[in-house]
Amino acid sequence: MSSSTNFLLAIEDLTVSFDGFKAVDSLSLYMDRNELRVIIGPNGAGKTTVLDLICGKTRATSGSIKFKDTEMVGMPEYQIVRTGIGRKFQTPSIYENLTVFENLELSYPTGRTVWGCLGFRRSQAVIERIHAVADSVFLKELLDVEGAFLSHGQKQWLEIGMLLMQDPELLMLDEPVAGMSPAEREQTALLLKRISADRSILIIEHDMEFVQRIAHKVTVLHLGKILAEGSMSDIQHNERVQEVYLGH
Amino acid sequence: MNKFYKNILGGKAGIIGLAILAVLLLVVLPSTLQIFRLNLVGKYLTYAFVSVGLVLLWGNAGVLSLGQGIFFGLGGYCMAMFLKLEASDPITTKIQSTPGIPDFMDWNQLTALPSFWVPFKSLPFSLFAVVAVPALLAFILGSAMFKRRVGGVYFSVITQAFALILSLGIDGNQGLTGGRNGITDLRTLWGWDIRSESAQYIIYFVCCLLLIGCILVGRFVVSSRMGRLLLAMKDREDRVLFSGYDVASFKVFVYCLSAAMCGIGGALFVLQVGFISPSLVGIVPSIEMVIFAAVGGKMSLLGAVYGTLAVNTGKSLFSENFPQLWLFLMGGLFIAVVMFFPNGLAGLWESALSRLSRLSPRSGAAKKTIPMPAIPQASNLVETEPKLP
Repeated sequence: MSSSTNFLLAIEDLTVSFDGFKAVDSLSLYMDRNELRVIIGPNGAGKTTVLDLICGKTRATSGSIKFKDTEMVGMPEYQIVRTGIGRKFQTPSIYENLTVFENLELSYPTGRTVWGCLGFRRSQAVIERIHAVADSVFLKELLDVEGAFLSHGQKQWLEIGMLLMQDPELLMLDEPVAGMSPAEREQTALLLKRISADRSILIIEHDMEFVQRIAHKVTVLHLGKILAEGSMSDIQHNERVQEVYLGH
Repeated sequence: MNKFYKNILGGKAGIIGLAILAVLLLVVLPSTLQIFRLNLVGKYLTYAFVSVGLVLLWGNAGVLSLGQGIFFGLGGYCMAMFLKLEASDPITTKIQSTPGIPDFMDWNQLTALPSFWVPFKSLPFSLFAVVAVPALLAFILGSAMFKRRVGGVYFSVITQAFALILSLGIDGNQGLTGGRNGITDLRTLWGWDIRSESAQYIIYFVCCLLLIGCILVGRFVVSSRMGRLLLAMKDREDRVLFSGYDVASFKVFVYCLSAAMCGIGGALFVLQVGFISPSLVGIVPSIEMVIFAAVGGKMSLLGAVYGTLAVNTGKSLFSENFPQLWLFLMGGLFIAVVMFFPNGLAGLWESALSRLSRLSPRSGAAKKTIPMPAIPQASNLVETEPKLP
């Protein structure tokens, strides 16, 4: 094994091709523990595909994804989640017919088998955890409201909350502030800073001002390859990046 | 009250609903109907087992099976095989060229009992098989399809194909299964004449109690975390999958559970009607059973029973007079329910109840119905949010 032991996530030589079109092309990317990394890039750069590959939604054509030094490629999706990777989708994916409380409860990481589910009891520990998470994602007052009645921004928060319930070591967020008001963005930035204290976060984002506020390190993707990687100021002064992306 | 009982009884409204059904089935109908009509009701109730299973599978898990007749039929055949063997003892069948085997085997020149019939000489095994054979087949079919992410319309069409295959398979193997005529001339269960009036009463009550048992099992599943998970799966399957659940295993479980319920219904059908044939296995009965559940309300376990009774009563009244028109009426009924009353009889009942509770100002139900009033607060919360850390 190579250097991967030191990293939380080590992606090496990852390629996926759809009918010959390489959406992700020999990509290598490493993430440390407690790092907050943002992936940016123009449309069609393969950003969402990278997240899909990590969480198992899309199968890699070749290459390796090691999480905590365990190979994720080929593992069933629910197993990948159970090893500690949580993923938020681009459009908020919450359960509209269930209350905020029930949404969070279903994300509680015990009783996830058939029999576990039948025997699951709403214990005090579960209730306390739900209240704590709801508090951190600004939904404390709305626990009894059905998901369908939440605003767009609240749905985004709820989905982040659902991921926090699982306490993942790697949290992947696909455009978490899309469609949020400026005030909501503000709060989300604070939320992300707070939760990145003890876990790694991988974010896809378009809003440059937001990226500047939160990112430890930025990776620029272009045509399925890494164009540049480094701190936000490095990236902003990179000529290639300006050419393909920031200039537009 | 213990939480478990609270869950399966479904609170105050649930207990009342169940009590009304129990009184209707166990007291009102037996005391007002003649045994012939009561026996008909008993037959309809055996279809209600299928409807209750469909409420779980279709209503809650969102998986529409158009082949529940498979499991109803298998349960029925498991029961009928035992009864047929008991009715074919060597003394009553001594005029056959091979005494001691079912008559239709003798007519088809079989000289020995096929090996898969042998275990059905035992009543405990047969009763076990009534539940286990449908559940096992559902497990195999369900695992094969759900693990490969076959769902939606494709699943429905495949289950329908299996219903056709099974009914043709039974039909085409006359020597082994009794063929198109099915298994008929069933008489006794462990020496007890099931055709007698007293036996018919007893079996009717057993049928009602088992049906109520199935409803309680259904309520337990729906009220557990599994129930909420199934609703979540129907809404956002990906989100459930990426929350660490093996989505397929839950669908397989509910499919097996509904199949087991169908099997029990099939066995009780045989005990009350006295025969089973491939005409109860194929596509048409399977689709009829879906209509029963739809009319009752696909989310309501109790509604499924009423829907089954209502459609079948209508069928027997109507088809006695206008046999050709009945199928058109049934089709029209299905379309009407899907278009205008998506929640079936149960939905009509609930909207009538809520209209009543709105009329009476004392009712507490009006206070806590829709969380709409909470929404303005929600947006206020966002606007005042910068105060928070």
